[in-house]
Order: sequence, then C-alpha cells, then structure tokens
Amino acid sequence: MPVISSVKNVDALTMTFVAEFEAAVERVWQVWADPRKLERWWGPPTWPATFETYEFKPGGRVHYYMTGPDGTKARGWWTITAVDAPSRLEFDDGFADENFDPVDPADTTHGVVTLEAVGDRTRMTTVSTFTSAEQLERMAEMGMEEGMRLAQTQIDALLAE
Amino acid sequence: MVVGSETDLVFHALADATRRDILTRVIRSGQSVSELARHYPMSFAAVQKHVVVLERASLVSKVRRGREQIVHGEVTALRRVALLLDAYEEVWRQRAGRIADILDEDE
Repeated sequence: MPVISSVKNVDALTMTFVAEFEAAVERVWQVWADPRKLERWWGPPTWPATFETYEFKPGGRVHYYMTGPDGTKARGWWTITAVDAPSRLEFDDGFADENFDPVDPADTTHGVVTLEAVGDRTRMTTVSTFTSAEQLERMAEMGMEEGMRLAQTQIDALLAE
Repeated sequence: MVVGSETDLVFHALADATRRDILTRVIRSGQSVSELARHYPMSFAAVQKHVVVLERASLVSKVRRGREQIVHGEVTALRRVALLLDAYEEVWRQRAGRIADILDEDE
C-alpha cells in the first residue's frame, strides 16, 4: 500500500496526503508531467480524465474533462502556479463550463505536490487547500462514488467464489 | 444545494478562533453565555453573536435553564465535515494506488 499518512484539518480546510512509491523521483514526476500518464489516474476509473490542454509551466493553463459511465462530461481547469522539476508542482484547480471557463473563479482548490527521495523510494506529499465547502463536497462525492464502486466489486467477487 | 449551504455555515463558523474556542468549551460541558463571556476580552453581546453563528451552523444548541440559556456543543455537524474530508482522502488513496500501478508497468 503506497499510502503512509493523511492529515485532515477541518478548521483550516486542508488535507495533507503522503504516499511512497518504489520508483525514482524522476519517474514519479512523470505521472504529473506527462498528461497521458496523468489522465490514467486523475479521474476515478469510472470517470476517466482527458487532458485537452496541458501547459506544464508556471502560469500554464490546463483543460480537462472526465467522462462518466453515461457519457456525461465533468470539465475542470487548472492554472499551474509553480513548476520546479522534479520536486515541486503547485496549481489551482476548479470546475469549468463547456468552454473551459471557470464556473466560479473563486471556487478553487490549491494543490501543492512535493516529491523527495527516501532511499530508493519516492515520497509524494500533496497538500490540498479548499476555499469552498461546496467544492469539497463535490470532490468528496466523486470519492464516495469510487468507494462504493470498489465495495460493490468486492461483493461481486465474493459472490462469484 | 441544501447540504452545500449547511456545510458552508459550518466552515464559516469554524473559521474564527473565538468560535472554535467556544465550541471546544461547550463540547466538554454546557455553559451559559455569561459564563462563556468571562473567558474573552469582548462584550457579552459580542460573545452572544458568536454563539448565534455557531447555532445557525448547528454546531451548538441552546437550552433554557431558568433565566439563563445553556449552550451545548453538537458534534454531529462537525463529524459531517470530517466525513467529507475522509471521502476526499479516499480519492487520493485510489489515485496513489493507480500511480503505483503505472510505475510498476513501465519498469
């Protein structure tokens, strides 16, 4: 299990998530830097992500959408605020309308990703700061959906035994 | 969204250090507004206003006891916000699992 800790601060509306991977820092950096790799893990499996614009530099714009099981598209945008390869990435993340314009420019999550070598492993720390409870709720809903789906898969597997 | 606005009230209420302190005190045991007011360098009316904000967010409830109103902490609303963060953590757990798979593949 790659996760080593997560710290949630209800008052400050932040979540710090730490995971370690059996790979060098440069390779873990590629899962962020390469949009074809990024889109394989950003959206839940049932809502795969497609990155249409990926300007991987400070001030860069990012446009992506996630496609749901019924074909519904959930669009999002990032503005990359810092890129320090291969150890640090910062971005603002929000929901977008059909033209990839922010639904609410103030309704964003700020993400800070840091990668560091720990022996021959890489530690990835992501700190998410929420400015809107409503957005947290939407993100949490996506996670819950994924959790439910996995739970369902496990039940199916048990029944098939 | 109704749930969204309720959650916003909770976050707004918790964004203030005095209100967090009031909440911590009344979760331990119920206190009247005048008892609470003794702990802060502000007027009774100011403390009363903070209590109203907490009450609107369903973080505290008031029960009349004689001439006084006793403020009690309600942990349910706090727990609901914590659950949202739990679910968001789950998003990252899934992502970390898939990142590990990608790293294994291209070895």
